[in-house]
Amino acid sequence: MIPAAFEYVRVGSADAAVSALAEHGDDAKLLAGGMSLLPLMKLRLATPSVLVDVGRVDDLSYVEDAGEHLAIGALTRHRDLETSELLRADCGVLCGVAGEVGDNQVRHRGTLGGSVAHGDPASDLPAVLLALNASFVVRGPNGEREVPATSFFEGFLETALAPDELLTEIRVPKCGAGGWSYQKFNRRAQDWAIVGALAVRAGGSTRVALVNMGPTPLRASAVESALASGAGPAEAASQAAEGTDAPSDLSASPEFRAHLARVLVGRALEQIAPAA
Amino acid sequence: MEVSVTVNGREQRQDVEPRTLLVQLLREHCGLTGTKVGCDTSSCGACTVLVDGESVKSCTMLAAQADGRAVTTIEGLGTEASPHAMQAAFHEHHGLQCGFCTAGMIMAAVSLLEENPRPTEADVRFGLEGNLCRCTGYQNIVRAVLAAAEST
Repeated sequence: MIPAAFEYVRVGSADAAVSALAEHGDDAKLLAGGMSLLPLMKLRLATPSVLVDVGRVDDLSYVEDAGEHLAIGALTRHRDLETSELLRADCGVLCGVAGEVGDNQVRHRGTLGGSVAHGDPASDLPAVLLALNASFVVRGPNGEREVPATSFFEGFLETALAPDELLTEIRVPKCGAGGWSYQKFNRRAQDWAIVGALAVRAGGSTRVALVNMGPTPLRASAVESALASGAGPAEAASQAAEGTDAPSDLSASPEFRAHLARVLVGRALEQIAPAA
Repeated sequence: MEVSVTVNGREQRQDVEPRTLLVQLLREHCGLTGTKVGCDTSSCGACTVLVDGESVKSCTMLAAQADGRAVTTIEGLGTEASPHAMQAAFHEHHGLQCGFCTAGMIMAAVSLLEENPRPTEADVRFGLEGNLCRCTGYQNIVRAVLAAAEST
């Protein structure tokens, strides 16, 4: 399968990318690793007339200590997250879950910013960033703005990014090496999560996020409230499907997904529970 | 557009459409048909090659993205007279049946050992999750990769 014809523009900096987007308008798409966009283009589900390749903007690939938070360049590859000692120590959950995205070949190409900007609710990392109250630095023709993860994911493949904006940095509050569990349910090891459940202790509370349980990544607010009121893992997990809107597809019905969410949240909470 | 890719140590300058995939560049423009197209949706791993030493799925990468990079395909790994350690191990341990997944499997395994030279069996199974074999040959493939790790 071959994508529909397009014009290819390679840029060497974030500013050049923003200029190219301004020049080419709504028909342009940014290309980073291409792990989500290129399959869509090959299936002709996406037919941008201009591809702006930011894959070589190397100064947007970094993991840096910024005091209270870690600053991660949008073009940092999953492989680089998975092997970052800084990330392993100060945000172990993002380091660990990055190692569960796709497979080795995908992690060699795919980027954190690409995953976030694509806005697929079946992706692993957006749910992690939502649970950690991360924020996203976005650059457009009028300068930079910072968008909290809680208001970034707007719908299925829809985010707060405007067509002329580039995601440049992800800011993640430090949360230590451990205290997390990610339960990913799929049939083949490399597949997207049919449902994923993340539990992580951060900022003095237990956060719970869900993958593929609605049009965006979700926080399991009912579970978090129950835990805050003193409920045990099993009791809290029974509310995991509350407020969700699970999709129906060849892999699972909404009812099966709701069941999976309760089971997986239960397992994740048990795993991070302090030993009795 | 013109792309210049070093394929198996030789510079290849080719005039291609921007939508040309890396696997097309290799198979149709360079005539290197060892790399296979399987699922064509980056699930099966048959098209795996190395770009700057790292495994990638060449059906989901544009030739333009490989411009200026070094690509290694199965043809560049070893020769019939002097096979690469991984090729020798697949031969010795019967790590293939029909052979369609083999080139991608070997390239993925070479990249895996580059990153983890002394893997456990679990590391190998997890590390090859992006490559599917439909002849259910995984047992012997895993044996071959572990043997190659021991021999180098």
